[in-house]
Amino acid sequence: MDFTLSKQQQMVQKMYKEFAENEVKPLAKKVDAEEYFPKETVEKMAKLGMMGVYFPKEVGGAGGDVLSYVMAVEEMSKVCATTGVIISAHTSLCAAPIYENGTPEQKAKYLPKLCSGEWLGAFGLTEPGAGTDAQGQQTVAVDEGDHWKLNGSKIFITNSGFADVFIIIAVTGTVLDKRGRKQKEISAFIVERTDPGFKVGKPEDKMGIRGSSTCELIMEDCIIPKDRLLGVKGKGFQLAMATLDGGRIGIAAQALGIAEGALDETVAYVKERKQFGRSIAAFQNTQFELAEMKARVDAAKYLVYAAAQKKQAIMNGQKGRYSVEAAEAKLIAARTASDVTRRCLQLFGGYGYTRDYPIERMMRDAKITEIYEGTSEVMMMVISGALLK
Amino acid sequence: MAEFNAMDTAAFKGVWVFCEQREGQIQTISYQLLSEGRKLANDLGVELCGVVMGSGVNEDYIKALGGYGADRVYYIDSPLLKDYTTDGYAKVMCDLVMEKKPEIVLIGATNLGRDLGPRCAARLHTGLTADCTHLDVDVEKYKEFLRTTSNIDVDNTKFEQNTNLKMTRPAFGGHLMATIICPRFRPQMSTVRPGVMQTQPFDEAGAAKVVVEKITPALTADDIHVQILDIKKSAKKMVDLIGADVVVSVGRGISSDVDKGIALAEELAGVLGGVVGASRAVTDAGWLSSDHQVGQTGKTVHPRIYIALGISGAIQHVAGMQDSETIIAVNKNESAPIFDVASYGIVGDLFKVVPELIKEIRAIKAAN
Amino acid sequence: MKAIVCVKQVPDTQGKVAVKADGTMDRAAMATITNPDDLNAVEAALQLKDATGCEVIVVTMGPAPAEGMLRELMARGADRGVLVSAREFGGSDTFATSQILAAAVNKIGVGPDDIVFCGRQAIDGDTAQVGPQIAEKLHLPQVTYVTDIQKNGNDLVVKRQLEDGYMEIKVQTPCLLTCIKELNTPRYMSISGIFECYDKPLDVFDYNTLKDDPLIEADTIGLKGSPTNVYKSFAPPVKGAGMMVESVDQLVGLLNDKHLI
Repeated sequence: MDFTLSKQQQMVQKMYKEFAENEVKPLAKKVDAEEYFPKETVEKMAKLGMMGVYFPKEVGGAGGDVLSYVMAVEEMSKVCATTGVIISAHTSLCAAPIYENGTPEQKAKYLPKLCSGEWLGAFGLTEPGAGTDAQGQQTVAVDEGDHWKLNGSKIFITNSGFADVFIIIAVTGTVLDKRGRKQKEISAFIVERTDPGFKVGKPEDKMGIRGSSTCELIMEDCIIPKDRLLGVKGKGFQLAMATLDGGRIGIAAQALGIAEGALDETVAYVKERKQFGRSIAAFQNTQFELAEMKARVDAAKYLVYAAAQKKQAIMNGQKGRYSVEAAEAKLIAARTASDVTRRCLQLFGGYGYTRDYPIERMMRDAKITEIYEGTSEVMMMVISGALLK
Repeated sequence: MAEFNAMDTAAFKGVWVFCEQREGQIQTISYQLLSEGRKLANDLGVELCGVVMGSGVNEDYIKALGGYGADRVYYIDSPLLKDYTTDGYAKVMCDLVMEKKPEIVLIGATNLGRDLGPRCAARLHTGLTADCTHLDVDVEKYKEFLRTTSNIDVDNTKFEQNTNLKMTRPAFGGHLMATIICPRFRPQMSTVRPGVMQTQPFDEAGAAKVVVEKITPALTADDIHVQILDIKKSAKKMVDLIGADVVVSVGRGISSDVDKGIALAEELAGVLGGVVGASRAVTDAGWLSSDHQVGQTGKTVHPRIYIALGISGAIQHVAGMQDSETIIAVNKNESAPIFDVASYGIVGDLFKVVPELIKEIRAIKAAN
Repeated sequence: MKAIVCVKQVPDTQGKVAVKADGTMDRAAMATITNPDDLNAVEAALQLKDATGCEVIVVTMGPAPAEGMLRELMARGADRGVLVSAREFGGSDTFATSQILAAAVNKIGVGPDDIVFCGRQAIDGDTAQVGPQIAEKLHLPQVTYVTDIQKNGNDLVVKRQLEDGYMEIKVQTPCLLTCIKELNTPRYMSISGIFECYDKPLDVFDYNTLKDDPLIEADTIGLKGSPTNVYKSFAPPVKGAGMMVESVDQLVGLLNDKHLI
């Protein structure tokens, strides 16, 4: 695999670094402490094309590639994991399924506004009683002739407090499976914030990514036009799973960024901090810890970039899926983020435990990457499922 | 006027100082440059001339230039020269240089001087060296200067014997010092930033015997292609860093609480009767306006006491304050380069050290 | 209408600075950046483009790798680039550099409603000379230290920063303005700009391209054509470190003993 960045990718990375340093990092503490959703940052990112990196210009995208998108999430997450996940959820979970499954009219209506950042996107699959388990879905969409009527609720929806467009997974009927058993028929819909009967509930009080807006969605006789069905009726679960494959690359990039950011902070700190008359960087424990963390971060990076390249190849027309690559990347990157932030905090000692330094925030932020868009256990199910097929 | 030939170096004699006036007031940089120019003129055995352009400038102010070393002052008086314009000033300056042929022209590196100098040098086809921090014509004096300020093995280095102006200036943000010469063209032009050269005491006798030549220039309104609509002073009083006895500067170390950091610096400056300065990081971030900036691209200061709070000591900052009499540095990082130039250093958090410092100084002042 | 912006690639003097054994700067070992004030000049030109749709041309003199900087400026929105590069141009001081850049700008052509933008000064030399010297060579009026530009047809009203305030100056195009950081906040490269920048035109002006301009003569360019030379260069003195004190008490005691407070 070739991980040499093209001239354009190098330039994109340079821009991200400058942007993260100047625009994102200064807000990171406030974002965490005040559960502040950085709206102004989203506007700035949108202006530069960061809310639609890899979509073609014809639909309003920036005309970049998947790796450039992944690097956006990575570089922002190095300094603020909340900012990173805003891009990821918006791009992978809302714009991508519309781009990949939408009708020409749906693409024309939603993608330009999503890519320009005028509209923010979100994705609603998880319910109080169901996550990755399709048959547990309770939200129902009923075809009432000239419209759909939705009832039910979704929880833990990233970006929801500020999103304008939601991909909603709902039950549209029953079908018989191959063995003749009754199964729920699942479909996907595009719901707009202003649709009648649609409400966003209270935000969750979270351990990490505290500025990220995570709320409940409530649909009470929510009426949406007929043309909001996304993709084929009855294929909603497949659409959701394929969407999550993409989402997992984004979360893997977020996890990678958190780990890299923690390592950057720690390298600077150990050179500065003195104990027993010398800088703690001079101690072998510090050196070995850093060495191992660096190796693990790089290993995660290769998996994340490889998954991005596989998705790119498939977008370019190659046959197949990238579920396993995405699951591997997320499994390892998320584990690395949790492990590295915890070990970095240990090197910081007591200062690391205070909020004067960003390392404890990074440790809290890291944990979610092992949970959302499929837990690490689900990642292992995906990987082992493919192995034992 | 004779044909101007910048390469006929032998035809050029005398040292000139462009004495800038604004609103009829001679700027203090002019006295600093005359003091420095006097030394050069003495070494060369030539006349030192001040050049003043303006309209109705008080004659006493012009004569006073003699008190700082000028043998002669050319006063070019015209309503068109009341306020600075590049076109008007450059034309008058170049015409005068072409006619009188000085060998050295010193200009203050103010925002106006740095506009005028290069325009004139380009027209006269000669070299200009910006922001000089040291000037010599005499090789022996230059060697003495190197002995104390450089890593050059002076005794084992060859120096060409001549009276070319040796213009020393920092380069690469102060990481390197370079001595520049302009051997083939005249005049040798140099700008010097305010505060870099010391003003010598005023000499009454010099003021009494200075020769003032009033000149009416061949300048018409058509020569000036811009129109000054307005000149405004900024509402906020600018900090007088250069004249300050005590400077308390803040750096990136205040970033965890910018407002408090600045308030502490102001309080400490208040106790010591000083003013607040800043590193480039602070002015770039917009925490303090750029007139507070000390350093290579800011102001050069040499106060009695310089206190650096949370300033790492990047060379570009050190270039602007290293000649302070006593330097006190407070920094969390004990390997910060600022401690290499500090007379006294304290490793610690400025937010803890400064309040204590203020308290103790107040106590001592009360006791004294 | 065109906005021609002269830019320079410089070593990042804020970052790690490498000095060679002979006391000269090891440029090869240092990261390079677009000179900060030049970014403000480019931004001024791009804002003019946003307002009027004018063409923005970025011009630099430097070795072949300076193309990377021009591409980055095109990724910010500049329409085309000109790289002025030739062995004959090497070793130029500010005087000779402005001869060459003025010839390059002549080659591009300065029309009656065009503006030439420069940064006030480059951080490797901090001289602030090249802008005014190009203006002189092109016989254009100049305004330096520009903090604000209002354009009304061919009339510009610009604010020029003074130490204690500003001057408001009316000037007509064509003219040359040197820009400072107070003028604007440079935009970032955009992603779409980045993916397009290698498709935009870039011309290389070598010695042969410019040699017919009267400004270009053997004794006006390069090392030979530079009025100034480096006589000596050396590392600045390091002041001997003073003493580290343990407490505020000790410090105040010392200052009091020396009658400093």
